[in-house]
Amino acid sequence: MFDFNLIIKSLPMLLEASVWTVVYSLTSVAIGFCIGTLMCAAGLSASRLGRGISAFYVSFFRGVPLLVQLLISYYCLPLIGVNVPSSVAAVGTLALCTGAYLAEILRGGFLGISPGLIEAARMVGLSRRQILTRIEVPLAVRLTLPALVNETTMMVKASSLISVVGVLELTRLAQNIATSTFQPLEIYLTAGAIYFVINGAITLLGQLAESRFRLETAR
Amino acid sequence: MTADNATNSRPIIDVRGVWKRFGTAEVLKGIDLAIRKSEVTCIIGPSGSGKSTLLRCIAFLEEYSEGEIYIEGELLGFALEGGKRRRVSDAEVARVRRNVGFVFQQFNLWPHMTALENVAMPLKLARGIAREDAEKRARRMLEKVGLGHRAGAYPSQLSGGQQQRVGIARALAMEPHIMLFDEPTSALDPELVGEVLQVMRDLAAEGMTMAVVTHEMGFAAQVADTVVFIDHGVIAASGSPQQVFRKDENPRLRQFLQNYFERNVFWQGGEDAAS
Repeated sequence: MFDFNLIIKSLPMLLEASVWTVVYSLTSVAIGFCIGTLMCAAGLSASRLGRGISAFYVSFFRGVPLLVQLLISYYCLPLIGVNVPSSVAAVGTLALCTGAYLAEILRGGFLGISPGLIEAARMVGLSRRQILTRIEVPLAVRLTLPALVNETTMMVKASSLISVVGVLELTRLAQNIATSTFQPLEIYLTAGAIYFVINGAITLLGQLAESRFRLETAR
Repeated sequence: MTADNATNSRPIIDVRGVWKRFGTAEVLKGIDLAIRKSEVTCIIGPSGSGKSTLLRCIAFLEEYSEGEIYIEGELLGFALEGGKRRRVSDAEVARVRRNVGFVFQQFNLWPHMTALENVAMPLKLARGIAREDAEKRARRMLEKVGLGHRAGAYPSQLSGGQQQRVGIARALAMEPHIMLFDEPTSALDPELVGEVLQVMRDLAAEGMTMAVVTHEMGFAAQVADTVVFIDHGVIAASGSPQQVFRKDENPRLRQFLQNYFERNVFWQGGEDAAS
């Protein structure tokens, strides 16, 4: 029957592995956010080259399945002489992938910013970079927060894919325990519950941020 | 003193033969305008006449198509090379217009920052002033426009008139040599116009050089040293308020003023209300 003892026994290990899941997914979202911001700014810039690079980037990383991207980076990086730990390659790939989605999300936010706010920033002498980091990004984040939170939860789930390239995280550990104990039901249910809780926490944080931002617009 | 004479004789803003085209539409058609230190120049004219475009060209928020604009003797936005003009970098534009303050019709306060942050942030970032000093100066500027008590409020928590005064404080904090106002009261409810005009009057009285695009004829008549009437992209009349409002006989100007007075007169004393 359902073996609660196994769950209790393996829970500490699963929780430890889930820390890695959180670290890998949030790190890739953070790096991906920077990539996405740059790609978004390039895509909206006057430079034809910038727009071309941005368009190609987004179409590649949105058009190829993440699993295939992971396999490409896992098998091909060593071939071209890049030897990095598989966890680094995996996080890098996750970041590149989510960066494409974040670029598109942020684009909507950038386009929603009144041009007058940028003109005001130029008139007080802010540089292009300062306008990006102090005006455009904060406002774009406020305008697109629900979509950004959504993308973050997607990445927490997508991080389970990196188990196939041998990186230890929650799904990989669950697989290991399941194959050694022959009791997959208990273990995968537990792993699923942990993912659920992690994403619940992220959603909650998103809501906190949203209500904090609402203070700014409350009369 | 010769130094003073030099600065007095050379205009702070010198607009020479400026044209602005949007595609095939010619919005400015050869504008010449000089604005001297401590002068208040009010720019009036029908909507679509090009008056806001002129102000935006002086701030280089629009690239002018032809002609020259000098700010304190420096050519704005372009470098002349062998008779041809070349667009200079954004940083160079920012350097030449560093002493130009701009106040927008729509205020354009950054909604994610408090009134204080709106004024202090540019001081920190663009001028490299330490946080404490920047905030001290920002507070002083907010007090100057009568909003010291609202420093912690977000723009959405302020009335339109208050937002515009923060906008003025933000521009003033950069210690500009000239302030450009683009229809600063046009987006305001009528009862809020007065508080903004009062701040502008005080500034003029302090000797601030100002160029104001406005529909407030009363303000122009009382405060301006020069009134410029723009129509169809050219300066159709200019001179003292007395000259422009009373004497100039340009028919377009008379028609424009007539329309203005008819809109604003609602009671003419006798038995009948104005039609």
